Amino acid sequence: MTGNEMSGDAAGGLESHDYDVVVIGAGGSGLRAAIAAHEAGARVAVVCKSLLGKAHTVMAEGGIAAAMGNRWKEDNWEVHFRDTMRGGKMLNHWRMAQLHAQEAPDRVLELETWGALFDRTEDGLISQRDFGGHKYARLAHVGDRTGLEMIRTLQQRTVALGIDVFMECTVTDLLKDTGAAEDRVAGAFAYWRESGRFVVFRAPSIVLATGGIGKSFKVTSNSWEYTGDGHALALRAGASLLNMEFVQFHPTGMVWPPSVKGLLVTESVRGDGGILKNADGKRFMFDYIPEFFKAETADSVEEADRWYDDKINNRRPPELLPRDEVARAINSEIKAGRGSPHGGIFLDIASRRSPEFIKRRLPSMYHQFKELADVDITAEPMEIGPTCHYVMGGVEVDPDTEQSGVTGLYAVGECSGGMHGSNRLGGNSLSDLLVFGRRAGEAAAAYAEGTARSRPTVAEADVAVAQERALAPFSGGEKASENPYTIQSELQQTMNDLVGIIRTAAELEESLVEIEAYQERARHLIVEGHRQYNPGWHLALDLANMLLVSECIAKAALARQESRGGHTRDDFPGPDPTWGAKNLVLSLDATGTGVNLKEQPLPVMPDELKEYFA
Amino acid sequence: MSYDLKMRVWRGDADGGDLGDYTVPVETGEVVLDAIHRLQATQVGDLAVRWNCKAGKCGSCSAEVNGRPRLMCMTRLSDFDETETITVTPMRTFPVIRDLVTDVSYNYEKAKQLPAFEPGPPDADGKRRMAQVDIERGQEFRKCIECFLCQDTCHVIRDHEDNKEKFAGPRFFLRYAELDMHPLDTHDRRVLVQGMAGIGLCNITKCCTEVCPEGIHITDNAIIPMKERVVDRKYDPLVWLGNKIGIRNKDNDGRTEV
Repeated sequence: MTGNEMSGDAAGGLESHDYDVVVIGAGGSGLRAAIAAHEAGARVAVVCKSLLGKAHTVMAEGGIAAAMGNRWKEDNWEVHFRDTMRGGKMLNHWRMAQLHAQEAPDRVLELETWGALFDRTEDGLISQRDFGGHKYARLAHVGDRTGLEMIRTLQQRTVALGIDVFMECTVTDLLKDTGAAEDRVAGAFAYWRESGRFVVFRAPSIVLATGGIGKSFKVTSNSWEYTGDGHALALRAGASLLNMEFVQFHPTGMVWPPSVKGLLVTESVRGDGGILKNADGKRFMFDYIPEFFKAETADSVEEADRWYDDKINNRRPPELLPRDEVARAINSEIKAGRGSPHGGIFLDIASRRSPEFIKRRLPSMYHQFKELADVDITAEPMEIGPTCHYVMGGVEVDPDTEQSGVTGLYAVGECSGGMHGSNRLGGNSLSDLLVFGRRAGEAAAAYAEGTARSRPTVAEADVAVAQERALAPFSGGEKASENPYTIQSELQQTMNDLVGIIRTAAELEESLVEIEAYQERARHLIVEGHRQYNPGWHLALDLANMLLVSECIAKAALARQESRGGHTRDDFPGPDPTWGAKNLVLSLDATGTGVNLKEQPLPVMPDELKEYFA
Repeated sequence: MSYDLKMRVWRGDADGGDLGDYTVPVETGEVVLDAIHRLQATQVGDLAVRWNCKAGKCGSCSAEVNGRPRLMCMTRLSDFDETETITVTPMRTFPVIRDLVTDVSYNYEKAKQLPAFEPGPPDADGKRRMAQVDIERGQEFRKCIECFLCQDTCHVIRDHEDNKEKFAGPRFFLRYAELDMHPLDTHDRRVLVQGMAGIGLCNITKCCTEVCPEGIHITDNAIIPMKERVVDRKYDPLVWLGNKIGIRNKDNDGRTEV
C-alpha cells in the first residue's frame, strides 16, 4: 500500500479543544441541545460518529407527537400526558411525561420557523395523523419521512448558527475532575475516524445524545451507530441507568428479503388505515385486546372502520394499540403457525386505500418495498414481523434539566431513561428529542457559565489511560485472536434468542453466562491494518459498550418478575402492582467490571395529575 | 439460494491505490452493501466504507458500482448476472480518504455559504399558514438525502477541480430553489445563486436527475426554474428599466436581497 498510514502505536500528536458545552451525538436531541446551548451564549461543539445529517433520526418515519389541536380541538397536553403514561404502563417519570406533553407543540412550531415543511391541513395549518396509543390524530408529519425533515431542519439551523461540528469523530471515554469536593465531568476523549488521531475535549458540560442500543440485537431497525455508547459512557463515569429491561420491538419490520430483515415499516401504515391479517386472512388483532385498553378499543370491524372519520363516537381499531401489545400479538400468531411464507404476518393497506392515497401518504414505504422486495404495496399486502427498535431505558436524569447523577453530565433522547416508562408510543420519540434536547442544552449552558471561576480540569494521567485503552485492540498480546465482527454477530444472536421479545428466567440466566464469555473473549481482540478509517478497530471499541449494555439489559430483565410494556416474561405473564411501583437502577460495581442492580421506588405523581387516571 | 460473487473493490488512499479481486458468497435478495459487509467481516476487516441506515434513507453509502453513481444499499445483486464481476469504486469527484470513503467536505462548505430560511412574523395565534399545494415543490426538494451522487456525477466539477470554488452543484441548487419557492421566506438569493453558486455553469444535461436515488426532478423542477428566475431578475429589459427608474415590481415584494 501507499506511504502515509500511521501504525497502531504511533504517537501522532494529540489535538485539544476547549468548549463550554460538548454534545455527543448529532441526531435530533443532540442538535436541539446544541442549538439551545448556543442560543444561551455557550461555546458549543457537536461530536458525532457519522457525517452531519446521517444520524438515526433520519429513519423516523411517522411523525412528531404534539397536542397542537390542529385536527381535533379536543386535544390538549392533558390528553397527551394521559396517553403517554398509559402507553408506558404508568412506569414513566410523571414529570418528564408532563413537560413533554406541555412543551411539544412549541417545539414543533419552532421547527417550522427554521424551515421545516410539514404537510398541511385544509386550512393551512400543520397536519396531524393518527398513531397507536394516541387518542387523537396528533403526529405532525411530512409524508412518511418526518425524521429526515427534522434532522435536515436542525442541521441547517446548526450550520446557520455557526456551531462547530466534529464529524466522524468517536468519543471513547469521558474525563472527570475528581480533585474538587464533588466529582464532576471535565471533558471527553475521542478519535477521528478518518485519521485515527486522538482528540481531547475540555468542557464543564457534556451532553450525551448518542441514541440507542439496537445493534446488540440481530433483527433490528437500528444502524451500526446504535451501540449504546452514551449508556456505557455514563455508567463508566459513575451515572446510573434505569428501565433497561424495557426494549421496544416494533411490530412491523420487513421480514424479506434477508438483507433488509428488521428494516422499519412505519406505524403510519396502520394509522392511515392498514390492517394486520394472518395466513388465514383473518384480522386477528380483535383477539388480542388487553383488559387495560378494552374500554377505548373497538371490538368490531364496523366500529374500527368508522373511527378514522369519527373519533368522538367510535373507539380505536385494535391495530392501533400501543406497540408492545401489537408486537406480542404478531409474535403469537407466527408461533401458532398462522404466519406468512417468510415467517411474518400480513400488513394490508392495498385493499383499504386507493393507490393514489398510499403513494401520497406513504411514499417512502412504497419506494422501499418496490426497490428492495419487488412488492407493490398499493396492490398487495406487505409481509412484516417484530424488529428491535428502541430502548426505553437509559441514563437516569433530573426531569427538568436532564442532568445525570454526575455533575455536568447530561443525557437526552434515546440514551436517557424515564420519559417513556415501559413502552414508548410512536411519535413520542421525536418530540422527546426536541423538548428535552432544548432543556438539556439550556441547563448545560447555564451550569457551564457558573463554572467560570473554577473550570474543571482534565488529568493528563486519565488522557494517557484513555489513549491506551483505545489502542489496546492493536496490541492484544499473545492470546489475541478474536475477530470483533465474529463476537458482535454472536452477541446479536444471543440477545435475539435469549433476551428478545418473550423472555424466561432460564434463558436470561443463560444469556448472562454467554455475555460474560463474550466479555472475556473481547479482551483478546485483534484488529488488522492501521488507524486510518479502520472499521474493524472502530467496532472493537464499540463492542465494549455493546457488551456492557447487553449485560445491563439481561440483568434487569432477569430481575423484573412480571410482564409490562417492552418486557414480557413467559414465566410471569401478567403485570404485578408491586413491580409497577419500582424502577430497576443499574450502576457500575466497585471493580468497574460488572454492574450492580437495585430497586428504587417510582417518583410519586402529585394528586392533581393522578386525577387524569381516576 | 447462494452463489459466489466476483467483486473488484478499489483499495487505497490519497496517494493512490488499486482494484483488488475478491470472491464473496452472497444470497438471493442481497444488495451490494451486503457483499461489502461480508467482505469486511470475513476477509478484509479494515476495508473502509461509509454506511448507516442500509435502507436508502441516510445517503451515506454512495459509491460507483460498475462506474455508475449508486447507493450500495439500494443496488440489488439481482440486477446483475451471477457470473458478472461487480466493480465498486469510490465517488470520483471527491478526494479519497481511504478505500470507498471520500472527503465530502466540499458539500458541507457549500452548505455554509447558503443564507438560511428567513420567515416573517407568524399569524396572530402564533401559528403559520401555508397551503399544501404551495409547499409541494419545496417538499419534493426536501426529500434529498444528501448522498451527493448528483454532485459526484455533475461534469462541471467531476473532472474540473478548479470549478469547485465557484459552483455549488445540483444538491444546493435544489436548496436555493426550495427557499425561493417557500411561501414564507423573505430573502432573495437570486444574485447569489448566479454569482457565488454559479448556476450559470450548469448546462442542464440532467445527469444529476438520472442518478438521484430519491427520484427528485432536479433539473426540471429546481435548476431550470431557478435559471429562469435569475434571468427574469437580471436580464429582462423591462425589469431592468423598472429597477433603473425606481419602479419596484411585485416580484420583490416582501423579499430582501442577501
